[in-house]
Amino acid sequence: MIIAERKPFNEIKEMLKDYKKVLTVGCGTCVAVCLAGGEKEVEILNSELIIARKIDKDPIITGAFTVERQCDMEFLSELDAMVDEYDALLSMACGAGIQFLAERFPDIPVFPAVDTSFIGVNKDVGWYEEKCRACGSCVLGMTAGICPVTMCAKTLFNGPCGGTNSGSCEIDSDQPCAWFKIYERLASQNRLGNIIEICPPTDWRNQKPRTIMQPAYKEHILA
Amino acid sequence: MKSGSNLEKILKAGHFAFTGEVGPPRGANVEALKEKARHLKGMVDMANITDNQTAMVRMSSWGAALFVKEMGIEPNYQMVCRDRNRLAMQADILGAYAHGLKNILCLSGDHQQFGDHPQAKGVFDIDSIQLLGMVKKMRDEGKFLGGADIDDPPKMFIGAAANPFADPFEWRVFRLAKKVQAGADFIQTQCVFNMERMREWIKQANDMGLTEKVYILPGVTPMKSIGMAKYMKNKVPGMDVPDEIIKRLQGVEKKKVADEGIQIACEQIEEFKEMKGVAGVHLMAIEWEHKVPEIAERAKVLPRPEL
Repeated sequence: MIIAERKPFNEIKEMLKDYKKVLTVGCGTCVAVCLAGGEKEVEILNSELIIARKIDKDPIITGAFTVERQCDMEFLSELDAMVDEYDALLSMACGAGIQFLAERFPDIPVFPAVDTSFIGVNKDVGWYEEKCRACGSCVLGMTAGICPVTMCAKTLFNGPCGGTNSGSCEIDSDQPCAWFKIYERLASQNRLGNIIEICPPTDWRNQKPRTIMQPAYKEHILA
Repeated sequence: MKSGSNLEKILKAGHFAFTGEVGPPRGANVEALKEKARHLKGMVDMANITDNQTAMVRMSSWGAALFVKEMGIEPNYQMVCRDRNRLAMQADILGAYAHGLKNILCLSGDHQQFGDHPQAKGVFDIDSIQLLGMVKKMRDEGKFLGGADIDDPPKMFIGAAANPFADPFEWRVFRLAKKVQAGADFIQTQCVFNMERMREWIKQANDMGLTEKVYILPGVTPMKSIGMAKYMKNKVPGMDVPDEIIKRLQGVEKKKVADEGIQIACEQIEEFKEMKGVAGVHLMAIEWEHKVPEIAERAKVLPRPEL
């Protein structure tokens, strides 16, 4: 899933200083799971805003609405009837959701309440770890299911480098060396042949905004 | 001849090669660079010119290499993958070769976090093994990585680094094999202090037939002080300094520690001269360039052959 972190309160407050009526829009998917921008976080943020602006003698009216997914127009359409009452939208979705919300309502200023961080996993409640950089050329089959693009500090495709330090990365002893782990897992699976071959230069496909069309969708729009 | 560089000629003729290293200045101070380099003249077959070593900004490797070349010392143009993508690398290689640089050392590079710009975006578009392959393709096929023809391809003698001491040890010789397969003509290793492990690694390379395909130059660094030895042992990742080295330095009176460090280095060089599969040594006298003539003299590698 996509992991995000809520922005520092003062940064959010500063962005909204010129607006009196703000609709805070949560997202019920990834950012809700990682406790950054779901229904609960919308309520907390609104309470903070109301109190802070009251102290500043510049009251703010907030609305709250959490859609299932801000990266889906079908769900964003639920907001159509209510946005006109507000002079700004504060999105608590990831960067994709924020942009789709802004695209849906191009006449209203949209602000981000979270910093989108990475594609990661839930290691425990409140503990997330990055796993994928969305490079577009997956090598996990070669590397025993461990991503060198994400986990190796030098994005090596032919590791491990000479800086491997007792299984740790040279840049941080708490960070396991991706290639040490790849080596160990491949060795245990008797598949070291995978990395004896040279891995050629990568075809980086994450250089511009990408779109994916399922074959059936293509047929549908061509029809 | 692949490149006709001095190092290539020396190695091909079967001489025991002796190479050195010069770190470019942290500024445009040409005099400081020349002062460092002048100690190497006539003492080494080639001097490595480092590329933003330890991720600190310095005069560019190719820029400094041209000054060193003017002084009559053959440079080894070092290039790391950290700071430039495949376009910039190929462009710099063409420029360097056009100016007469004939050796290149292909490295991943120290991570930017260690340097003076830890906020920098590490490029790492390709890795060191892919860089070796790219330089070889440029030289042997006359083609850019993208496949287009090169008008007058760069004929470089291609070097790579190897660290026989990093984990996992049993993988190290295979990584060497990958570098040879990718295009390395010569290898300069990480500083060697653990001779036992080095002997084992060279033996593995011999057994795999790698030393018939590539010239291996173990890295030798004389210890200047006990503090330096302890720092290298404890702080530098991938460095293997056995306790015996530190004990030997501690066993002599304070004034003689540096001399003992040189003595250890000379003993290593003597052993390397006799070691099957070793083609020379790479002396990294870190910020100790003025000692290179003394070390070369005591290691009995002078005079250097002129070919």
